[in-house]
Amino acid sequence: MSAVTVGTSDETEQIRSLLTSGDKGRKRTDRIMTMLVYGAFGLAMLPLVSLLWTVVVNGASKFNPYFLSVTMRGVFGGMDAGGAYHAIIGTLVITLCASVLSVPIGLLTAVYLVEYGRGPLARAVTFFVDVMTGIPSIVAGLFAFALFTIFLGPGAKLGIIAAVALSVLMIPVVVRSCEEMLKLVPNELREASYALGVPKWLTIIKIVLRTSVAGLTTGILLAVARVIGETAPILITAGTTDSLNFNPFDDRMMSLPVYIYRQYAQGVATCRDGQLDCIPDINYMRAWAAALTLVLIVMLLNLAGRLVTRWFSPKLR
Amino acid sequence: MAQRIDVKDLNIYYGDFMAVQGVSMTIEPKSVTAFIGPSGCGKSTFLRTLNRMHEVIPGAHVEGSVELEGVDLYGPEVDPVAVRRTVGMVFQRPNPFPTMSIRENVLAGVKLNNKKISKTDADDLVERSLRGANLWNEVKDRLDRPGSGLSGGQQQRLCIARAIAVRPQVLLMDEPCSALDPISTLAIEDLIQELKKDYTIVIVTHNMQQAARVSDRTAFFNIAGTGKPGRLIEMNDTATIFSAPSEKATEDYVSGRFG
Repeated sequence: MSAVTVGTSDETEQIRSLLTSGDKGRKRTDRIMTMLVYGAFGLAMLPLVSLLWTVVVNGASKFNPYFLSVTMRGVFGGMDAGGAYHAIIGTLVITLCASVLSVPIGLLTAVYLVEYGRGPLARAVTFFVDVMTGIPSIVAGLFAFALFTIFLGPGAKLGIIAAVALSVLMIPVVVRSCEEMLKLVPNELREASYALGVPKWLTIIKIVLRTSVAGLTTGILLAVARVIGETAPILITAGTTDSLNFNPFDDRMMSLPVYIYRQYAQGVATCRDGQLDCIPDINYMRAWAAALTLVLIVMLLNLAGRLVTRWFSPKLR
Repeated sequence: MAQRIDVKDLNIYYGDFMAVQGVSMTIEPKSVTAFIGPSGCGKSTFLRTLNRMHEVIPGAHVEGSVELEGVDLYGPEVDPVAVRRTVGMVFQRPNPFPTMSIRENVLAGVKLNNKKISKTDADDLVERSLRGANLWNEVKDRLDRPGSGLSGGQQQRLCIARAIAVRPQVLLMDEPCSALDPISTLAIEDLIQELKKDYTIVIVTHNMQQAARVSDRTAFFNIAGTGKPGRLIEMNDTATIFSAPSEKATEDYVSGRFG
């Protein structure tokens, strides 16, 4: 026994006390910080959960297949009728057009900045992208409105003008997020590809974009989520309408945020005495149901993004 | 298959900074040439000029000539992409493409260049390349699994298989074993001995025993001080470099007195 015992029992005691006497102050700080972190998380979750809860509770009363499949044509006063079908289609068409416009521009700009951009031009592009990120959405709307006034005369209201306004807002977000994702692709993979005698453009398409496709999808979906809820620029560029319109190049187009705004702005409906199917606050109910629809669309988009990420992200086993 | 490389008065720059100065050497075909020297002396930089990977870095350029069988790789009509197909490269850290399976990694050089290849030819190429890299028996049952699921040593051999699948004349290896354990290192060293029957091999290594074991000729690079360019001090048969070098610096380095 004594042969394996190192040092005297006195030294062992010293070491033991050194190793076991934890720093009281440090433990206290640790507890406080842990509580703070959890507290901050709870506080951040509170408005989010409350918001979702309010939207679901208020929206559920009128959210049904009927609401999703009819327009507001011929609906007036406090009639218990009408839906958001035209607004859903409008939102989808306008957002799709905005994405078609901004994803190629944004993605190619990001590729330029990461793979080619050097010197003053790249710095200028980065600077203007940053400036564009801060443009208020109503200004983007006015810009698109003014732009199309040149071609179509004043007062033109089309879905495509709204799409242009939204793409002004969307492009900088797409550039920024895609740039970050492309930067994450290890340089070693580019070099490995060059060393196999693969030209730069094929390396970018088949290695850089392919490796980062999951991140790119997430970034683009974030940009879509950023613009799908815009109200002001769509209101002044696509106007409002009660009827269904699939064509962004012809006539006005409704969208969900504008629909919500319009329903809310109409306020309490006046019902005549004895009118049976009249609900005074039907407009608010429709607004909430449309809000729920919008939240669900964004959620579905996110879900689709998750699936794409799962399919395309690099696998280990 | 294998071809010789003549380097004449090569200066290598990163922007204005001269990293390597005045290198002239001849690399013999079907042999293994090792580059040794302290960190930062420009071995890897020089290696990367042999397949024009150096100029991938912005601002990097060279003066002088690198001739492959008499053709200057830096001539005006030479396509750097074609150079890299002729002179393959294996990197320090194994870098299989993470989105590809083992099979796709081996075929990367063909597939990434949008070349059509029939299924049987592809199968044949995959098996030949993986056998060439001594990896076939370990992975033949899981060719469709991701390449990044292999061990470090297997990944490095996969990268060698990928490099030889494009049938280069020369294979450059930049410290291929520095991230590997001794057993994987042994596997790669054995492989280098096999590969030299068909390819001209140039290997950068920090491991002098490795240089002594695998190479036929050894070049010693050194640097006079921080901020100064690296130079080729001496190049000779490996046995001579390690037993009777003509330069004092070489002797100090190989005997472990500095560096």
